[in-house]
Amino acid sequence: MTKTTSGVSRRRVLKGALAGFAVSGIGMPHIAGAQAKVIKIGLPTILSGRVAILGTSTRFAVQLAFNQINEAGGINGRKFEVVDRDSKGRPDEAAKVTRDLINNDGCDIIIDGEASSGSFAVHEVVRDLGILCLHTCSETSSLTADPKLLSKNVFRCARQGIHDAVAGGSYAAKIAKEKDLKKWATCSPDYAYGRDNTAEFIQYAKEFEPSIEVVDQLWPKLFAPDYTESITKLMQVKPQAVYSALWGGDLVAFIEQSNLYRLFQNTAYFSGGLGDPPILSAIKNLPQGLNTAYRYNRGFPNTAENAAFCDAYTKVAPHEPTNWAWQNYAAAQFIIEAVRRTGGNTDSSALAKEISGMTVKLPYGGAGITMRDSDHTIINYPVAWGKTVNKSPWVVDYVDTEWSKILEVEKQWKKEKGYA
Amino acid sequence: MNLDALYSCLSSSSCVVTQVSTALIIGMLLFMVASGLSLIFGVLGVINFAHGAFYMAGAYIAFFAYRSSSSFLLAFLAGGLGAGLIGVIFERFVISKVYGKDILMQLLVCYAIILIFDDLVKMIAGPEYRMMGMPDVFALPPLEFAGGFIPAYYVFMIVASLSIGAVLWLAIEKTRLGKIIRALAINPQMVGALGINTTLLYAAVFGVGSALAGIAGALAAPTRTLTPGMGLSILIESFIVTVIGGMGSIVGALIAALLIGFTRAFGAIGFPLFVDGIMFGMMAVVLIVKPSGLLGREMAR
Repeated sequence: MTKTTSGVSRRRVLKGALAGFAVSGIGMPHIAGAQAKVIKIGLPTILSGRVAILGTSTRFAVQLAFNQINEAGGINGRKFEVVDRDSKGRPDEAAKVTRDLINNDGCDIIIDGEASSGSFAVHEVVRDLGILCLHTCSETSSLTADPKLLSKNVFRCARQGIHDAVAGGSYAAKIAKEKDLKKWATCSPDYAYGRDNTAEFIQYAKEFEPSIEVVDQLWPKLFAPDYTESITKLMQVKPQAVYSALWGGDLVAFIEQSNLYRLFQNTAYFSGGLGDPPILSAIKNLPQGLNTAYRYNRGFPNTAENAAFCDAYTKVAPHEPTNWAWQNYAAAQFIIEAVRRTGGNTDSSALAKEISGMTVKLPYGGAGITMRDSDHTIINYPVAWGKTVNKSPWVVDYVDTEWSKILEVEKQWKKEKGYA
Repeated sequence: MNLDALYSCLSSSSCVVTQVSTALIIGMLLFMVASGLSLIFGVLGVINFAHGAFYMAGAYIAFFAYRSSSSFLLAFLAGGLGAGLIGVIFERFVISKVYGKDILMQLLVCYAIILIFDDLVKMIAGPEYRMMGMPDVFALPPLEFAGGFIPAYYVFMIVASLSIGAVLWLAIEKTRLGKIIRALAINPQMVGALGINTTLLYAAVFGVGSALAGIAGALAAPTRTLTPGMGLSILIESFIVTVIGGMGSIVGALIAALLIGFTRAFGAIGFPLFVDGIMFGMMAVVLIVKPSGLLGREMAR
């Protein structure tokens, strides 16, 4: 018995379907993305683990910015969609999810909400694929300062270690001179960021006030739950001032445990990470007069625009904006303005050309935050230092450092590092 | 290495008082966790790799109890009892299924439970850190003694841990129930043959062990930030304590926890970069010289 078949066999249909999938799914992912109405923004970030607040506040800010423009009708009818992925704080996972966002989800633009170690991994992926990317959380200076890492489509929209070190060192030197604080100690987490950040802060504090002497440096482990031995060691050393690069939940624990010993009654405290509103409000007994770098503050600048931004953010998030929130909101504004200028074209090179040298006006950014053309990093963002008070707005008496001074020192630093 | 600083500290009463209190603070919390771990191993013969999860559960339960009642006493009791109850459920429905099985199987089951606990905490309390804050009753200036300082809350923590440890030791060594539990560790078949419900006893011992971890979590909650996965770091140190003190020995756990506390407190002055090295070194020496630990006995079953 013979079996007759119709004109098109099942095998042929399957082959055709597979070929179709191969062409549309693998061969032309970027074309498919570019022709779609929706502009997809890929967001690899840390959404779980001890520093999940970095990722969650990043996501709230990015979603807020793109929802606002979508509600206003989008750009030339094109709307934005944010696709986020959790890297769990692992660099290998960050690289993997970034590739997935580009190749599988068809994202047109990447906002990299990773901490420093993950950002370097994402940097390699976006350089390889040539897609527009804005790093929004890494503060490590070399990410953009090192010319070997420069890529025409990649930018950093985040504060930078060297800028903060100059601003912090200058502020600390001023206070040290006023209050005659000569004997200093440091207490920072024992990993690359903690050590680099502390070294740069102390370097510039001593440069601006040579009488500063560091009598001890303590390096508790990153994510240590208990700081009692560091605190009691500080009590033995009796420094007049302490600088700390602790941040997040570690910093909250350190302050609460120090309070038990009344450490800050006789010791001035300087912190680069205390100024985030969720940290300030998490500390039950926030001591008055601790010195902190600006991270975000509803009352600085004390304008209706800043208050409106804070209110809009707290409508979608369970806390006030963090440092990462304003940086990501700023990055979204750079992207929105670039897409507006290109008339909705999402070609990475065209967008990068617009972002390079662009200044955007933001509720917290004074005359405007500029994406510097030469090294693709932002300048003129808030770098002020203030003092804590035990109720909202938590930090007051902000003192700004002139950006001209920061840029002058940065130029010298780049020469010393061989970056210029 | 700064031995001069260490000598100078040892010759100053204020430094000695402050650092000895630091050693007790670190040691007592470790003792609470490690004694539970040791008790469970001593009686049930199971290495509870998920013990840190009960510490975390105790801390979070205390946090929520304190937030809703503003009573630290209630939070403290809720942390211990809550973790104990979860421990009983865990023993009955999970760990009892792998008694006598390969240690790798027990490890896998415990690891699965750790991941499930961490995800549950994320779902209930969120992935961000939480801070309970110091209860008002303890918001006092630190107590001064011979020039050194000890915060009031830490005095309570040390006294509470020592008292609980003493009650546990008395219960095991001096009561009829303690005698039965010790017999259970040596010959469970005989205890069962005497008409005693061994299943109930196993669950109760596991519950008490878990409650000790929960109490440690509740004691830590006012001073430490709570995060999903917070049990891991204390679990590692607790294993060092139980290995040095001897698996199954409560007194051994106390001695070893104090040893670790003193190493960390005075190590921070004299050899701050080698504290972990000393701790693991002590463990290695004990494993080589006396593998059952300082006061350990051989595995019962």
